[in-house]
Amino acid sequence: MSHSDHVELARMCQAMRRDIVEMLAASGSGHPGGSLSAVEIVATLYGVVMRHDPSDPKMPDRDRFVLSKGHAAPVLYAGLAESGYLPREELLTLRKLDSRLQGHPDMRKLPGVEVSTGSLGQGLSLACGMALALRLDGDLDPTVYCLLGDGELQEGQVWEAAMTAAHYKLSNLVAIVDLNGLQIDGPTCDVMDLGDVREKFAAFGWTVIGCDGHSLSELAAAFSAADAATRPAVIVARTVKGRGVSFMENLCGWHGRAPDAAEAAQALEELAGEPMGGE
Amino acid sequence: MTVSDRRATREAFGATLVELANEGRDDIVALDADLATSTTTAKFAAVFPERFFDVGIAEQNMIAMAAGLASGGKTPFTGSFAVFGTGRAYDQIRNSVCYPDLSVKVCPTHAGITVGPDGGSHQMIEDIALMRVLPNMRVLVPADFTAARAAIRIAAETAGPVYVRLGRAALGPVYADGAGFELGRAQVLRRGTDITLVACGVMVERALAAADALAGEGVSAEVVDAFSIKPLDVATILESAGRTGAVVTCEEHSVIGGMGSAVAEALGEGAPVPMERVGVKDAFGTSGEPEQLMERYGLTSPHIVAAARRVLQRL
Ligand SMILES: [Mg+2]
Repeated sequence: MSHSDHVELARMCQAMRRDIVEMLAASGSGHPGGSLSAVEIVATLYGVVMRHDPSDPKMPDRDRFVLSKGHAAPVLYAGLAESGYLPREELLTLRKLDSRLQGHPDMRKLPGVEVSTGSLGQGLSLACGMALALRLDGDLDPTVYCLLGDGELQEGQVWEAAMTAAHYKLSNLVAIVDLNGLQIDGPTCDVMDLGDVREKFAAFGWTVIGCDGHSLSELAAAFSAADAATRPAVIVARTVKGRGVSFMENLCGWHGRAPDAAEAAQALEELAGEPMGGE
Repeated sequence: MTVSDRRATREAFGATLVELANEGRDDIVALDADLATSTTTAKFAAVFPERFFDVGIAEQNMIAMAAGLASGGKTPFTGSFAVFGTGRAYDQIRNSVCYPDLSVKVCPTHAGITVGPDGGSHQMIEDIALMRVLPNMRVLVPADFTAARAAIRIAAETAGPVYVRLGRAALGPVYADGAGFELGRAQVLRRGTDITLVACGVMVERALAAADALAGEGVSAEVVDAFSIKPLDVATILESAGRTGAVVTCEEHSVIGGMGSAVAEALGEGAPVPMERVGVKDAFGTSGEPEQLMERYGLTSPHIVAAARRVLQRL
């Protein structure tokens, strides 16, 4: 990734974090923790990895993105707004009556949302179907990217889909696990231990790539490696839930509660300086 | 009618998919969950192997994969048995298919108690209720092979989710080849003046037999094949009930939430008349031969006749 790409992506991440805080404060409900942990992943995809065109959301040879962890809708909406799919002001309609920005992504309401998600565990199956449809059309070029939560891996259907992707050799499918180690009821290792996620996917026949999910350069390298894989590839991205807002980081309590006005003000102050963005 | 005329509605599934694909429907794909031989999707797989996906014993994955294929412009038909193809994958049908209004055609076989010896775990008698309550879903229940073929074709031609209820039991022909069927249209099979028998699926031939028996008692029964449970042909049913003034519904399904409930809702709001529902009375099935089970659960033509007599006594 070029230096200018890196600078631009770091700026995009900072803007997305501010948007996530502002839209959740305006809505009064929603999921900040798992949105903030996935900012660099989503920014890298929309910023440098995926072929897509906000002026033509149904462009046939676009890459597809599936937000399987649909409750992290704010990070998707922030990424789509940064990319030009919707005006930034509209972000403040999140979760409100008649908004295109539903509590969980709705493909029938907002262009740029490929499939509707929200009930955990279904996105990887959707992505398998999308990848098979592209193959049937004789067009293996577009890639289907599917972002999963780590708690979500407790849904058995994820592993049904993992088997399917390997069985049908879906080399045009890339999964990303936002491995923030937390879920609503506590640390994933306490609630229902996931064991070694990388070993599990490897055992299911996937190419497994690990990276720091907040390092833009590591993410870019991981997506390049995934693109080159001849099998379905998973990027297991180690992340921090609530990343970027000091009082939200690594706390389960911020999974599904919106900041109040004072908390939002403090968060925005923390996010006002030079962007983070790793090396 | 000879024994060889009797065919199960499931036999129409794979055969009709092959017909449609041969007619140029390149968008049609099929998925199954290790039951392709039983559901007959294997017939499609044999001719179009690249467009058939056996996902193994994983119905939830099958339905959501079908949704992904539909979002990519394909028209997927899904198999499996009705108990797994609807109940096991209910949340996937709700959230990945119906909520986004995707063109997935849920067509599992082995619905109802006529599954027989496999027993209650495999006898799906709640599927019509589960499917018809979902927004965007349409529900078709064919009464014979010809109607099943038409239902599969309607599913292929209708944008959005469609449920087609298919069975294992061999049924006699109700319809002539080429009979016309439409989404939202019931078929009046016999005209009558004293009572309306609204039936669907395997109960249609039994309702016709009941009408014969009632004629012997001087009761003129009209027989309506509901066929399209959702959208229901409310106009035809209300018109018939308005003329006869009495209704008995007949379905191989729980009396709770199925076709009888749909008819009761329509009558209650549009033309209340005395009615009774013949169906499974809030119970699970059990092992046995299909005809033994139809007797045990009160789904024979004499049961329909008895229900008709009770309704007529209330007039
Ligand atoms: Mg988590």
